[in-house]
Amino acid sequence: MSATLRHAGYVLRGNPVTLVAGFGASLLIVLAIFGPSLVPHDPVASNVPNALLPPSARYWFGTDQLGRDVFSRVIAATRLDLLIAASAVSLSFAAGATIGAFCGYVGGQLDRWVGRLVDVLMAFPLFVLAMAMVAAFGNQVENIVIATAVINLPFYIRFARAEVNVRRNIGWVEAARASGNSHAQVVLRFLLPNILPAMAVQISLNLGWAILNAAGLSFLGLGVRPPTPEWGILVAEGARFITTGKWWLVTFPGLALMLAVLCFNLLGDGLRDILDPRMRT
Amino acid sequence: MAVLRSIGRRLWQRLLASLPALFGVAVFTFLLMRVLPGDPAVFFASGPNAGQEEIEQIRREMGLDKPIPVQLVNYLADLAQGNLGRSMSTGQPVAADLERRLPASLELTLCALILALSLALPLGILAALRPNSLIDHGVRLLCTLGVCMPTFVSGLLLIFAFYYLLGWAPDPTGRLDVFVSTPPEVTGFLLVDAALVGDWEAWIAAASQLWLPAATMALFVLAPLARMTRASMLAVLTSDFIRTGEALGLSRRRVVLVYALRNALLPVITIMGIVFSTMLGANVLVEKVFSWPGVASYALDALLASDYAPVQGFVLLMAMIFVMVNLVIDVLYGLADPRVTVG
Amino acid sequence: MTAPLLSIEDLHVSFATRHGVVEAIRGISLSLAAGETLGIVGESGSGKSVTSLAVMRLLDRAGRITKGRITFRGEDITRASRRILQPLRGAAMSMIFQNPRAALNPIRPVGLQIADVLRAHEPLSAQEARARALALLEAVRIREPRARLDAYPHELSGGMCQRVMIAMAIACEPALLIADEPTTGLDVTTQKTVMDLLAETTARRGMAMILITHDLGLAAQYCGRIAVMERGKVVEEAAPRRLFGAPQHPYTQRLVAASPTRDSTVASLVGETETEIPAAPPLPAPAATRGGRLLAVRNLVKRFGGTTAVNDVSFHLESGESLGLVGESGSGKSTLSRLICRLIDQSSGSILFDGAEIGALPARNFHQSLHRRAIQLVFQDHGESLNPRFSAFDSIADPLQRLAGFGRTPALRARVEECADRVGLPRELLHRFPHQLSGGQKARVGIARAIACRPRLLVLDEPTAALDVSVQAVILALLDRLRREEGLSFLFVSHDLNVIRMMCERTIVLQTGQVVEEGPSGRIFAAPQAAYTRELLEAIPHFEPDVAEAVGV
Repeated sequence: MSATLRHAGYVLRGNPVTLVAGFGASLLIVLAIFGPSLVPHDPVASNVPNALLPPSARYWFGTDQLGRDVFSRVIAATRLDLLIAASAVSLSFAAGATIGAFCGYVGGQLDRWVGRLVDVLMAFPLFVLAMAMVAAFGNQVENIVIATAVINLPFYIRFARAEVNVRRNIGWVEAARASGNSHAQVVLRFLLPNILPAMAVQISLNLGWAILNAAGLSFLGLGVRPPTPEWGILVAEGARFITTGKWWLVTFPGLALMLAVLCFNLLGDGLRDILDPRMRT
Repeated sequence: MAVLRSIGRRLWQRLLASLPALFGVAVFTFLLMRVLPGDPAVFFASGPNAGQEEIEQIRREMGLDKPIPVQLVNYLADLAQGNLGRSMSTGQPVAADLERRLPASLELTLCALILALSLALPLGILAALRPNSLIDHGVRLLCTLGVCMPTFVSGLLLIFAFYYLLGWAPDPTGRLDVFVSTPPEVTGFLLVDAALVGDWEAWIAAASQLWLPAATMALFVLAPLARMTRASMLAVLTSDFIRTGEALGLSRRRVVLVYALRNALLPVITIMGIVFSTMLGANVLVEKVFSWPGVASYALDALLASDYAPVQGFVLLMAMIFVMVNLVIDVLYGLADPRVTVG
Repeated sequence: MTAPLLSIEDLHVSFATRHGVVEAIRGISLSLAAGETLGIVGESGSGKSVTSLAVMRLLDRAGRITKGRITFRGEDITRASRRILQPLRGAAMSMIFQNPRAALNPIRPVGLQIADVLRAHEPLSAQEARARALALLEAVRIREPRARLDAYPHELSGGMCQRVMIAMAIACEPALLIADEPTTGLDVTTQKTVMDLLAETTARRGMAMILITHDLGLAAQYCGRIAVMERGKVVEEAAPRRLFGAPQHPYTQRLVAASPTRDSTVASLVGETETEIPAAPPLPAPAATRGGRLLAVRNLVKRFGGTTAVNDVSFHLESGESLGLVGESGSGKSTLSRLICRLIDQSSGSILFDGAEIGALPARNFHQSLHRRAIQLVFQDHGESLNPRFSAFDSIADPLQRLAGFGRTPALRARVEECADRVGLPRELLHRFPHQLSGGQKARVGIARAIACRPRLLVLDEPTAALDVSVQAVILALLDRLRREEGLSFLFVSHDLNVIRMMCERTIVLQTGQVVEEGPSGRIFAAPQAAYTRELLEAIPHFEPDVAEAVGV
């Protein structure tokens, strides 16, 4: 374990971007937990006389059409956005890794069919699929989570399947079987620990994608509804005022979205370097 | 000749293989309709005050009183005849609505794709040819930031910059300024139609409306395309056969353009399918931002109005386009890579 | 003496790596006259390939010539620009590589690739270039050359790809041809035809050749002069007879001693370096006295899809015996070893182990069988056969925990350490992970794991194929000793006939899934019956002076 930490330290020293990304991701999580109690203004209370003020010392990110503080709303939205993304990704990771690893190890006809199905699914316009699902199941937050999880699922299945597949006949798996390990032991003790690092990278990258998807759905008016603060909705509300030059309504929630996705993406790239055992010395 | 025959055979096999996928989507949309809240018969009744009797009659007419398998067969039979039902909001057959609006969506998507490719490929190649140079770092930064930028935000910011601040773009609503007369419809693609009749005023008007949404969507797929091009070009440039070419004195031009690039494009062709389908998804967002009269905004409006037939039709249409795009990509790949064999 | 074609003076090359600058070449000087054939031999990491790439100026970005001079035809090309090098490459000096299939552009017909080289140096029309390419394919004796012009590399065998590569390299009649491990990865019979072609072509066209190889026999048979490299330096340079007859440098002496020949024994390979090994009793081993039939295979068949990998194979193995399985790629020897280890199911036939029909139990349930611990396996690629997330200790402990009922107890540690001692693996390496171990150390871990549960039958699948000869010698000696001391039976799979002859009392020759010859190793090697066996034996290159002379070099 200490070797891993030492290696992580080594990689981070040579790669400060990952360190910054890790710091950013931690900050996001802190904001998600404590954000709503830290904000300077009530994120939902309207104050019409102060409507549509540009950014100032009092309202850092300006105010919206109902006079609500955009800064407070952006901070308060962190919790919901991260929660949606994290739940969706955990759901699809748990289901996808299991299905994928199982199919990849068993191989044969089942594996081939699952593989083909996943390929077809992945090339399908998944965002459209998510829209249709939210429409069918009802316009609620839980359904955004489910829809996002479902459209992430093929990526995990394919990933776990491919990772297990290349290792299925590798020497150490055959050696494990010759050493008397049962199939469950081979998968759990040998294969999964070896593919987890790569999966961690995938999870981090997918978190970013899930945030974008969820925000996209709410931007369209699906799922989360106003006045709940959520980045996609904040952008959607601000969109009406962009042609009249009220840039702050769109820019700040948009930046928040972008930074969140950026953090998780960079973190994923950094994790790839840290967890790759071949690069450890 | 053998190559063409092999591709033809492959095409046919792929077409057959995609039938189950299309069938699956059709069944899926049918089930979607069944789990949707509300009774279609109630929606189709003349008004909210329609009597129970009238609803029952509509139900019988629509076949909703029959068992679900029978309904499914009827539904599939309708689909086979191109009957996608009727939209409540427009009162038109869904198929007709989609047909009218499809060119707008396709024109936007194709322009965006061409724009993205013509930027992403040179950037990716240049970055790979000069690793760790200024252009490489620039491309990598662009790729990193590009995948983080939500389409709807970049679209709105582009509107702010080019319409509000600079005034380089017209009012971001629709395909054509209301004061410009629409060229006679031939293909439905405004740029093509205007060029066909030589109406350059309309062409410029259409192009000026198109470029901003197209740029928005191009930005969205630019990053993954450039990243893929760079990565595969880098991988190919270190491969053995490039070293062979160098060792036997081929010119740099030939090594890069004929030996490296053609091989590097193979993985790019394979991800084109995924890129195109993410663009179809992003279409929904871009069409909403720019009030673009395409199929996606049509489906979205219907969806928000609980008008489900257009949504089903839209999903099926996307599935069909997706099958066709994948066939095209298959053909391209078959032409590009002789190692592909049937099966 | 006229000016040499190529001269290398005090060449230094270093590589920038994650761990700082590594000196790959530390001052070598070589020279080559026109029409001469120079062999450069050495083990992995000796810098022999880097030398050739430096001469062609093809080092990748990380590599840099830090000192020294390369002169080609009197012209200093050490720092020459691309503009000067490009006309030279292919036309005056060219190169062929290991792994010919990867060295060809996968999506371009081979005829066009040859034409590309021609047209890079001569003003030819497409038709003229095509005609010349056809003539070249004929010159490298490819069957149906006209049809092959439009073939893609994946449609050709490895040997044919290397012929195409040779055709490209000689297309513009260069004065120097560098062949970097041209036959590594090819079967021994293919190796012979490719090398004969190379030798003949260069001789006929008066080309000088540098042959880079790890195989002493190959260098001795085809080169007029040989340079031996060790860790970036040339330690000895001489004509093959002198070099192998009376090696001067200690490294050359070790290398020559470690290379198997037609009459070396396991003990003689190691020489005096590993003194703790007692002098081996002459083969056959005393095990024959123990007797009893351990393994009997009857009519074994394995089909994969439409192809039959193992076709009606029957043989038996006595307790304490060592049986060799010899064959080229595609002979089904690896499939056979996995069938007997019960990792895959046979299509038909029976496998009797110690009188019990183990073939009846499906492979997927075999880990529950009582016989599991009695049949163990040693793999070819030791890097791939160790779980990257397990330390050496974990890898050796795993079978003990699964099959011998050890818990996480001091007894387990004691047994693992005992196994490590048995295979000569220092105990302090037990906590290391595979990527922190050398090839030889990984091989020892793999062997320790296999003997941990005291098996009766050890199936060895090319256990030394991926190792350098000096490491191979030590591992072979270790295996031989273990066999005698632990009372093991070996099923020894290899493509290397000399290794089989030393390690096994009896040998089976396989070809395309069928047994072509079976008998005592001594008899098979002295008087082969089957034509295929004779062909295999004749294809082995020898470096011993007397034999080389007999062959007529």
